[in-house]
Amino acid sequence: MDLRDTRDEEAFRAELRAWLGANLPEELRAHRGGAARFDGDAVRNWSRMLYEAGYSGLTWPKEYGGGGKPYSYQAIFLEESALAEAPQHLGVIGLGMAGPTIIAHGTEEQKTRYLTRLLSADEIWCQGFSEPDAGSDLSAVRTSARLESDCFVVDGQKVWSSYAHIADWCILVTRSDPGSVRHAGLTYLIIDMASPGVEVRPLRQITGEAEFNEIFFTGVEVPVENVLGDVGGGWQVAMTTLLHERGTLGFSLTATLEVAVRKLIELAGERGATPVQRDAIAREWIELQALRFTAYRSLSVMMKTGVPGPEGSILKLQWSEANQRVTKLALELLGPDAQLLADNAPYGGFWQHQQLRSRGNTIEAGTSEILRGIVAERVLGLPRSR
Amino acid sequence: MDFSFTPEQDELRTQARAFLSTHREPSWAALAELGWTGVSVSEQAGGAGLGFLEEAILFEEMGRALTHAPYWSTVGVLLPALPPELQAEVASGEASWTLALGPLVSDLDTATRVAIVGGDSIRELDGFEREVLSTNDETRPLGVVVGGEAGRLLASSDVLPRLRARSFTALALEACGVGARALELAIEYVKEREQFGKPIGIYQAVSHPLATTYMELELARSLALWAAWCIAEDDPQARIAAAAAKALCAEAAVAACERSIQVHGGVGFTWEHILHRLYKRALWIQSWEASGAQLRSEVATHLLDTEGA
Repeated sequence: MDLRDTRDEEAFRAELRAWLGANLPEELRAHRGGAARFDGDAVRNWSRMLYEAGYSGLTWPKEYGGGGKPYSYQAIFLEESALAEAPQHLGVIGLGMAGPTIIAHGTEEQKTRYLTRLLSADEIWCQGFSEPDAGSDLSAVRTSARLESDCFVVDGQKVWSSYAHIADWCILVTRSDPGSVRHAGLTYLIIDMASPGVEVRPLRQITGEAEFNEIFFTGVEVPVENVLGDVGGGWQVAMTTLLHERGTLGFSLTATLEVAVRKLIELAGERGATPVQRDAIAREWIELQALRFTAYRSLSVMMKTGVPGPEGSILKLQWSEANQRVTKLALELLGPDAQLLADNAPYGGFWQHQQLRSRGNTIEAGTSEILRGIVAERVLGLPRSR
Repeated sequence: MDFSFTPEQDELRTQARAFLSTHREPSWAALAELGWTGVSVSEQAGGAGLGFLEEAILFEEMGRALTHAPYWSTVGVLLPALPPELQAEVASGEASWTLALGPLVSDLDTATRVAIVGGDSIRELDGFEREVLSTNDETRPLGVVVGGEAGRLLASSDVLPRLRARSFTALALEACGVGARALELAIEYVKEREQFGKPIGIYQAVSHPLATTYMELELARSLALWAAWCIAEDDPQARIAAAAAKALCAEAAVAACERSIQVHGGVGFTWEHILHRLYKRALWIQSWEASGAQLRSEVATHLLDTEGA
């Protein structure tokens, strides 16, 4: 057991830190995130810079344009980016979900066609999984894909798709066998978002902005070459996507929580904190360290076995609840100012925005209820409740 | 960063679990023969010359097994403060120790020697009387020492902060073992016990709190392992890591025991079931020396009041 970086990791970290210091544009530092990611080209340009410096797809195989590095490098990248308060790569869906799914299930043509442009943020990806009637129960999807000679015709609706309004491609879970129910008869398609019949509508959320979208598909023609995996085998492919979403997500989340707790401590210094609030701040710092080292434990297992350890299943669950507590505590420190917005508010409304946004954290990427059920069934081995 | 244990360390854990499950009150001589008392004592002094990571494994396993022996009192609290010749006696099994830091002293029923703090030094106490008190946790009774006088010098009291960090980390690791066992018993029970025609583990009101317990224990264990590494490496963060670990791990263990008692229903409330003993060890750990609130206050001072925090 050694909790220090290896020599190579230390060198990578130092080099990255220097590069971020020298290259992160000032206007992007402490970027608000959320819908502001889509304002102008600044974040896309930043994403291209990351690609050109070799920081996109660090763990991807070299043959697909990646760095071929161990997972610890991705963890270091996420930590240092968060510390520098740099915005995420605009292509996070591509990097974290579509790309790894294409690497696992794609044909050589598909890999050649999609992967490089994904890494450079030349092409942006969105995800078409959830529907109004298929959220936690993804197998209830009804968006249909009807095979007609050389193409599928897609009809249906997806919801909660971030980046859909700027995306070039969509990874779409459809029901291709009309008589099928639940996990059977699904097909995973790659959709050209510029196709006729694709309509994107923004979904306004409680923070006032629209990070997510609805996507409507009306008679959208999709060439059969755009099937990923087997026709009818879409569930397995979707599970690959979700597994990867959960893989390195832990580090990304932990890093952003570390920044939030640091800011909370600064806030307490500026605004003052009562003994009860000091106790709460200390508790959040302690819980943050526990989360950090749990992410490292899961990483250690992943580096040895290629699969995240079972302790990784709790990272998102814990992070989401911790983020809600931390942002709420910040509002408490702000007192009456907590109810002001944007430019009238202290720190430009940062905490108000973060706190409202945090209510979505326990819902997106697996609700807390579903995650607890997964832990109970798959980790503790308890009988299935559904 | 690598969190894994070596094959030798894993083997130690396997052996420890097997031995401790069948030896609830091992003699000090038996523990010495296994090489456990002298794990971190130097080879010249008759020890194994290993370190705190090996001891960490033993603390965790002894928590799980509710071992009734002065291992924590000797090895977890005082060992680094003993001069080499006294460490050799610990390694050989001739002596076990406890430190009388406050009015209540742990393991007075089994520890052979007592140390006290006076002025600027830690010394052995000679010629005292001991009285063991009725204690909730029968596996780690508290007692008082009466009379006696300060004898041989052991160390300067400068080492006390280090001993505190070490002893807190050891308790945190024990708490992880206690909590893990309580959870395992709960899982086993809710898979077997049927009501309304189904194993009760199928009901989310039962399974989800256990999932939360799993999460809390894993988070706590990560902290305990971090603290253990800091102690082993004498890292500058050792004190804050130990405080954080003791606070969180004790709380997680208490909660794990309470949830386990709850899902066991009436049976979990009986004297015959082991759960109340695990629970009492968790409560003992939580109340030893510094409460969670006190420890968090120390962490808050470190975060909010110190320069460059």
